Amino acid sequence: MAENTVAQTAKAQPLPKPVPIGKWLPAVALGWLIPGGGHFLLKRPGRGALLGGAVVLTFLFGLMMRGTLFEPQSGDLLTTVIYYGGFLGDLLSGILYLLSVMLAYSQPDMAGHVHDYGTKFLVAAGLLNLLAMVDAFEIATGKKD
Amino acid sequence: MPKVNLSHFEASLLFALFTSVVLGVITKRTDRERLRYGLYCFACFLAAIFGLSWLMYLGHG
Repeated sequence: MAENTVAQTAKAQPLPKPVPIGKWLPAVALGWLIPGGGHFLLKRPGRGALLGGAVVLTFLFGLMMRGTLFEPQSGDLLTTVIYYGGFLGDLLSGILYLLSVMLAYSQPDMAGHVHDYGTKFLVAAGLLNLLAMVDAFEIATGKKD
Repeated sequence: MPKVNLSHFEASLLFALFTSVVLGVITKRTDRERLRYGLYCFACFLAAIFGLSWLMYLGHG
């Protein structure tokens, strides 16, 4: 009985076909490298400018507050989660992170609320860019206008 | 790169502003809905900032 119901439900709602990778990868990759770039590629310049502006300003304020860029570091569970997570968050800012590292931006982890906010802003910029990349993916695959 | 010294309130306000812009842009379908949702998110952030600040102030004694 239950098997029949499951089978009928599966029949009624076929799984959506996977979208070819070539359709969304360029927009997502460009969105990672240049914040908002994926939306420009998908001909959504207004949204791209707003998203890119928000990400870039968040990252720049993080730099101006002399935040620390995380480096991968393992140890106990909490240390591993914080440092690898922070590194991934920083890396998600794309060219902003790459340029900062290439131009030898290096700030030691210092006490004080301004530096602390700066570190959080740098990670937050990457996470905001991740949201923008997901939005670009949904537009490219037709899930969103 | 110039150095800025922001207070807790100014930094929180900036974070709220940028996050609200992104959340507004990516979640809704029309520009009007995006603007409204962005403002709503910003208002929620402000409420959280003031609410938690008072809570910490009163809790600290």
